[in-house]
Amino acid sequence: MSTALPPPRLSTPSMANRWAEASLAQPLDQRSRALRRLVIRALDGGERGHIGPSMSLIEIMRSLYDHVARHDPKNPDWPERDRIILSKGHGCLALYALLADHGYFPDAEIETFCRRDSRLGGHPERGKLPGVEASTGALGHGLSIGLGMALAARLRGQSHSVFVVMGDGEINEGSVWEAAMAIGKHRLERLVAVVDYNKLQSYGLTDDVQPLEPLADKWQAFGFETVQINGHDVEAMTAALTAPRNGKPLALICHTVKGKGIPWAEFSPEWHHKSRLNPDEIQALYAALEAE
Amino acid sequence: MRKAALNTAYLLAQQDERVVFIGSDLGAGTLAGMKETLPERFFMEGIAEQNLVGMAAGMAMEGLVPFVNTIATFLTRRCFEQIAVDLCLQNLPVRLIANGGGVVYAPLGSTHLALEDIGILRALPNITILAPSDAKEMIAAVKATASVPGPVYIRLGKGGDPVIFGADETFAIGKASLKKAFAGTSDARRRVGIISTGVMTHRCLQTVAALTGQGLDVAVLHLATLKPLDEQAIRDLAAGSDLLVTVEEHCPHGGLHSAVLETLHAPTAGPLMPVGPVLRLSLPDAFPTAYGSQEQLLELAGLDPDGITRSILAAAG
Repeated sequence: MSTALPPPRLSTPSMANRWAEASLAQPLDQRSRALRRLVIRALDGGERGHIGPSMSLIEIMRSLYDHVARHDPKNPDWPERDRIILSKGHGCLALYALLADHGYFPDAEIETFCRRDSRLGGHPERGKLPGVEASTGALGHGLSIGLGMALAARLRGQSHSVFVVMGDGEINEGSVWEAAMAIGKHRLERLVAVVDYNKLQSYGLTDDVQPLEPLADKWQAFGFETVQINGHDVEAMTAALTAPRNGKPLALICHTVKGKGIPWAEFSPEWHHKSRLNPDEIQALYAALEAE
Repeated sequence: MRKAALNTAYLLAQQDERVVFIGSDLGAGTLAGMKETLPERFFMEGIAEQNLVGMAAGMAMEGLVPFVNTIATFLTRRCFEQIAVDLCLQNLPVRLIANGGGVVYAPLGSTHLALEDIGILRALPNITILAPSDAKEMIAAVKATASVPGPVYIRLGKGGDPVIFGADETFAIGKASLKKAFAGTSDARRRVGIISTGVMTHRCLQTVAALTGQGLDVAVLHLATLKPLDEQAIRDLAAGSDLLVTVEEHCPHGGLHSAVLETLHAPTAGPLMPVGPVLRLSLPDAFPTAYGSQEQLLELAGLDPDGITRSILAAAG
């Protein structure tokens, strides 16, 4: 039985907005393609990986690491760095691509993904790889950790920001909303909750499995300033993430395309995770990027 | 015991600016002094245990030492994954102060009892598990956590327990305390080695007179640290005993009895040794159907001094 879904319906609740429409139409520039090639290198090396949830995430992570966050690959423990927690740990291929590209570890190491002695596991682990702030993979943990980090920074009078990147399926977890309530209470202006709203979770559409709409209203009700955006538009996200804030935490709801850049993987639950990827499939992934 | 633990945490906070306190929705006035004098390090964050533990992890990653306090069963069942992944996997110095270990909350029913907390936490790497016997030992134990780099679980009794921690006793994490030694190796009487933890130890000490009166030579070993275990002390006691007995306010699985058997059958160091029967005195493998008081539930389970005495006499023949 095929699990392929019909093309996304722009009338469904999660897609019926201009940001989702823009995310579908967004072309990929050279850098976005180069970062995706790094992801494919890892997929090739590990013969497996969460493809869809990583490809939707590339421009979000690119905005943070290229333009928004203060960080220093040569000094990953720099106390004044901004903290970036990838709470949706299964999207780690996007994190690894950005960390490798910024020189946190040698490019070639990305090919060791998921191998026995690798530092690059199927979910990221703190202390193994420079630049990984928290061990994630069990969903719904990152926002509480970010809350603790932001409170520690406030206690010490530090001015760095904390960015917590979550998946849309992930925010089914009740712990996310426990953390959101606490962040609203503490009015942590330097904390940003980023949602990779790619409209699909493992089984199918979020609209079907656990509808999230009205998503912006939910974050707003918890005390966040809320911005919806095209999650493949680096310039727009950079502007939103660097705009002056009004004393509230920010929830950036990034409308994205799961599997972005690989036509047959886009919006396909079958491409949420793939194992035993063979060389022909890998070549097809590279080719798809060039054809984009 | 609860006040002793919290006041000691406050004392540590006064001495060390890395120490913070995080409560859930504790009783009005809890640590009012700390809230007054160190308000920036006093957090009361609501009925959200998963968030409490995750938040503590985030603080610990930044170099703080959070003490998290709420009811034992909510602190273990509700957020087990946060303890495993956020605290143990990342080996962070968060201290969990667990009110009402065992059947302290007897009148409130099974939802409030911590029957398996030690068993489930013992299964996790990197965690230290403490179950002091009384308020004096609690103070020493909480102070001793300062040297522990990873997470610590501290099980509290009801409070008001008789003090058996000696005035000149020192507390070291991972070290057992021999509260009562055997009379001597030349003694021909059968030797019963009792191993106990938490507030059960003073009950065990209360059995000594009756057991001695029945012609037994009795030793009582108190384990305030359940992980890491003082394996040598357990092995030494076992070697000198005709009968070993474990006594715990915990379900039969995964707790003190399991830990002792694991030590004797599969020591992490040293040779394997022959192991005789080890009498297990614990709570039953059941959710209690009665309410009443902690004492009454312990009595129903045969864990009051008379019940312990009867069971040992029956087993010792």
